[in-house]
Amino acid sequence: MHQKIDTYARTMREEKQHSVLMGATASTEKRYSVLHQDFEDPDALRTLAAGIKDHALANLDRYLADAEGALTANGAHVHWATDGEEAKDLILGILRDHNVTQLTKSKSMVAEEIHLNPFLIENGIECLESDLGEFIVQLDGDEPSHIVRPIIHKNRREIAETFQREHIGADYNDDPEIITRRARVHLRKKYFEAQAGITGANFVSAESGRLVLVTNEGNARFGMAPVPLHIAIVGIEKIVARDRDLAVLLNLLGRSATGQQLTVYTQFINGPRGKDQPSGPEHMHVVFLDNGRTDVLASNCKEILRCIRCSACQNVCPVYRQASGHAYRSPYGGPVGAVLSPLLFGKRFPELADLPKASSLCGACQEVCPVDIPIPDLLLRLRDRAKKEHVKSPGTPPMAPFAALATNPAVWRTSMTMSKAMNHLPIRFAPVAPLQAWIKQRTLPEWHGGDFRKWLKERNDND
Amino acid sequence: MSVHPPTDRPTGNRVLLMGTCLCDAFFDDVAKATVEILEHLGVTVEFPCDQTCCSQPAFNSGDWKASRKVARHTARVFAGDLPVIVPSGSCAAMNFHGNLLQFEDAPDEEVTSLAHRTWELMDYIVHGLGVTEWKGELATPTKVAFHHSCHSRGTGTGAATAGLLRTIRNLSLVEFGQAEQCCGFGGTFSVTFPHISGRMGTLKLDHLLEHEPDLLTSADMSCLMHLGGLADVQHRAIPYRHAVQILREALPAG
Ligand code: SF4
Repeated sequence: MHQKIDTYARTMREEKQHSVLMGATASTEKRYSVLHQDFEDPDALRTLAAGIKDHALANLDRYLADAEGALTANGAHVHWATDGEEAKDLILGILRDHNVTQLTKSKSMVAEEIHLNPFLIENGIECLESDLGEFIVQLDGDEPSHIVRPIIHKNRREIAETFQREHIGADYNDDPEIITRRARVHLRKKYFEAQAGITGANFVSAESGRLVLVTNEGNARFGMAPVPLHIAIVGIEKIVARDRDLAVLLNLLGRSATGQQLTVYTQFINGPRGKDQPSGPEHMHVVFLDNGRTDVLASNCKEILRCIRCSACQNVCPVYRQASGHAYRSPYGGPVGAVLSPLLFGKRFPELADLPKASSLCGACQEVCPVDIPIPDLLLRLRDRAKKEHVKSPGTPPMAPFAALATNPAVWRTSMTMSKAMNHLPIRFAPVAPLQAWIKQRTLPEWHGGDFRKWLKERNDND
Repeated sequence: MSVHPPTDRPTGNRVLLMGTCLCDAFFDDVAKATVEILEHLGVTVEFPCDQTCCSQPAFNSGDWKASRKVARHTARVFAGDLPVIVPSGSCAAMNFHGNLLQFEDAPDEEVTSLAHRTWELMDYIVHGLGVTEWKGELATPTKVAFHHSCHSRGTGTGAATAGLLRTIRNLSLVEFGQAEQCCGFGGTFSVTFPHISGRMGTLKLDHLLEHEPDLLTSADMSCLMHLGGLADVQHRAIPYRHAVQILREALPAG
């Protein structure tokens, strides 16, 4: 009886584990130095950002309507999808209306969440990932393992081998610069062949309808420049009230994600190409996706909807570092995923109810989270929910006997001294949490049950 | 957990000691040192003998029904208005944070009262009693690695402990990398995720032992028990003590 995430970590290739550990550790260190070099009190900024998101979430109905109004006035078409199936059908419909057979897609977590890519490919539409990491994942038939760096689990030798296999470039070469250049040559050709571009959005301002897209490779921009149709798929929690809120969030996003003051490309798009604009898509469709988010908003874990997908919590998480994002069996791995994925699974919550258990509750995630999400509290609430819903949890010792013992002081005291008499007998007699599994990897200190109480009593008697 | 203890907690020279189940079972000397150091500082220590455990094992494992029972018992045992002192950052955080969480739907008066009176020991010595310098010395020059336990994130414990230890003559704190990383204990976590917990602990030890300290210390015996036990099996045994044991060791003789 083992926890799936522990088993995954135990059986994972050493090379992959090393890539994840190194990559995540480096990102954490960069984040820390950049935030502290630029802001006297990054915590004050985090509080501000949390407030901005909370305000938007508390008034989501109003702001979604505002965003729709603004986008429509700017000439975009707005659609609403309650779940992944609806969103995918909607998008396929739009693509068919425009006779699209080939498109490029920039990185989008919601698209991963609803498995948009395989769906479009199944329906005969060539759908190329234009983010370098996602492109490599696609070539390998792999899954992304990190929110910001989808191939954090791969080293450059593996990437070079993929390129060699796919004949991208003339020969094997693992120089990162060469790899990037080769991908660029390959992708540029594809951008011009495509008839549509699909993107996500990092934020949407209700005030102006402005969509914000950040990338480091400029791929979202490239994907849109030569095509007549832009479709953006956006989770409804991406709304903020005003344009000026974006300043706070963008200041935190780049720094928390990659230790950059600002991502290389930050695009603001508030509608299709205007009359005076020389290029850009003439048609813009925005698909707002719920897919369980309103249920999360009504739950006792609604704070997770503040998330701006920066990945700082993944990078700092010691469990993520040992297990990789793949261990979480969903597009969102690490602390954010351990909360969000089981929640978004809706009725299938039990399938992912083990995720919130994969944490020592060390709190490093909350400490780095740019929107101050109390992740450990949310993990605990989900553990409580799993228990209430009678989801089995491998290896978790039953706690009723412990509670019985710990509410009966006389029995507790006796068992303390009795266990001492049984000093060399199995440790399961100890009234503290079961510690048998320990002995394999660790020695246990000697049992001194009841000694302190005895010392105290003797001292008081002598007074 | 990144938790902030209440700001209006009582102080004074009469306190209740919550000894913790770990000291009850293994680390009696930490509880003794706690009593001796508090008394040395002029504090009268009472130990309610019906105390058992703060309820954390059940709470963290998700059985809140069971853990609320234990928490209610504990809150009753420590009823009153005296400060409650705990030689463990994690049990203290259970009292002032975890308890409020598990009773959020139906607050319990005694549990809330306990939350507002609980101090981690080192935090109490420095911020409650105002002791910022420890006039004492160790017999020989000693290099100490201080592990910031995770459950004291956001509390005064880390700064209090490091600050006070630094004032002891013959004691030097060694710096080490990735201090924010967890040791991998996490209570039942180390039982249900043995592989990951072991790897986390090994990494932590690599960092802690980097500059060859003579001694590990912390405000949490649970982390030290786990780290010390791992180091033993890995043939790099290292002595460990709760910070309060070091304070006692540094007291002038007599
Ligand atoms: S939960 Fe916080 S730290 Fe983690 S990805 Fe979301 S915003 Fe970033």
